[in-house]
Amino acid sequence: MTSPLEAVGRVALAQVQGMGRMTIFLGSACFWACLPPLKLRRIVRQIHFIGVKSVSVILLTALFTGMVLGLQGYYTLRKFGSEALLGTAVALSLIRELGPVMAALMVTARAGSATAAEIGIMRITEQIDALTAMAVNPMKYLVVPRVIAGVIAVPLLTAIFDVVGIYGGYLVGVKLLGISSGTYFSEMRNAVEMSDINGGFLKSLSFGIIVTWVCTYKGYYTGHGAEGVVKSTTEAVVLSSVLVLVWDYFMTSLLF
Amino acid sequence: MIEFVNLHKSFGQQRVLNGINLTIPQGEITAIIGQSGSGKSVLIKHLVALIRPDSGQVLVDGAELGQLHGKALDLVREKFGVLFQGGALFDSMTLFDNVAFPLREKTRLAEAEIATRAIQRLEAVGLADMGHKYPAELSGGMKKRAALARALVQDPAIILFDEPTTGLDPILLNSIHRLILDAHKRFGFTAVVVSHEIPEIFDIAQTVALLHDGVIVECGSPEVIMTSANPVVRQFITGGGHGPIRPGPGSRSSSP
Repeated sequence: MTSPLEAVGRVALAQVQGMGRMTIFLGSACFWACLPPLKLRRIVRQIHFIGVKSVSVILLTALFTGMVLGLQGYYTLRKFGSEALLGTAVALSLIRELGPVMAALMVTARAGSATAAEIGIMRITEQIDALTAMAVNPMKYLVVPRVIAGVIAVPLLTAIFDVVGIYGGYLVGVKLLGISSGTYFSEMRNAVEMSDINGGFLKSLSFGIIVTWVCTYKGYYTGHGAEGVVKSTTEAVVLSSVLVLVWDYFMTSLLF
Repeated sequence: MIEFVNLHKSFGQQRVLNGINLTIPQGEITAIIGQSGSGKSVLIKHLVALIRPDSGQVLVDGAELGQLHGKALDLVREKFGVLFQGGALFDSMTLFDNVAFPLREKTRLAEAEIATRAIQRLEAVGLADMGHKYPAELSGGMKKRAALARALVQDPAIILFDEPTTGLDPILLNSIHRLILDAHKRFGFTAVVVSHEIPEIFDIAQTVALLHDGVIVECGSPEVIMTSANPVVRQFITGGGHGPIRPGPGSRSSSP
């Protein structure tokens, strides 16, 4: 029988080991990404999978996020007689926070889970071993294109999210609640600065790395059988989402 | 020539290989037989460094795999073709693309030449008109044949067959064995076949090695194995319930 202290120590060691392995995995992905040849077609295919195929869900969630922001923002601002600032509130919320975070969470749910499951199935059916046996580096073949695609696709999806969200806020604020269109956009134009957009862009860039890194890592080190794939997919989604939110806090405190 | 010298491998507390000494003759078909879970697959995975030994040496044409990394290891791996237990075909690709994959990744051949060679290999295994199908659309026997076509496509000097007939009916089993024999005559590679198909494997192998308790118990021609007086060999080839081998995967001898 082991003492509780021993059990805690074992868990802590396993966690540290896991974090170390994840860091080495990311380092290795970066190393292989810098070495030629980079197969462009493979990266484009992943941009299509992570980016293009996520557009519909991004459009839908962005529209409703913007509409809810418009509604809540309007009722809150009305208490202070500041309804004119609705455009500013919607735009800053989306560009600084909600756009990057929500887009990353949507990519995690749609593409990240699929990536973890696909690589996990490749692991348990010896397809990754087959790559290694053929002297094809699985890191370069499976992980690098996905990480590069994430870095490109997530900021683009975030930009779409921001624009559609602002339009959602416009629909509610201007078309439904009667704020003038000029006020909505002119206040927004006065308040939103380039640093806000840059900050949001940097966030989405880092989220793109986090999501693809965690999901490919979890798939790559999948355990045995179908249960292993289920576990790694769940862990990939949970860990990516948590890391996105935690990292968002640190980025916000540094950037704004 | 392939040589295992005093090879040891354990997974945690479980000792799988306990001092393997075996020489695999060049240009011949060598069968490694043994109970399920006795470590046959673990042994051949050492040949492409999918598994690294705890101690001992794996020599391929004089090169010690334990000392090789990066490109030097890739050069050795390129001598091999591997047919994995489940086929390990890439399920996102058609059969044709699966067979063409090693050529696309590892050579600079023109696409027309790649297509010609892939079709030739598919023809050699009787799947000429199945190139457009995905692995999920094929039967178990077809998958094994397609995996054989992929293993053959780069004309490797050595092909590893990891239980190529497991789960197949007797007719299909014989057809796969015939296919291995025909391909061996035609392409002249060194073959290492892991199997527990007794006595069928004796029809194709020139050398047979019995792995039991983590060591090679006996190695010789099929005639030598069939007439061996060693009680472990006798029990294994007759399939008797009484003797030094206890039933069950990875079991150990009842006698010292």
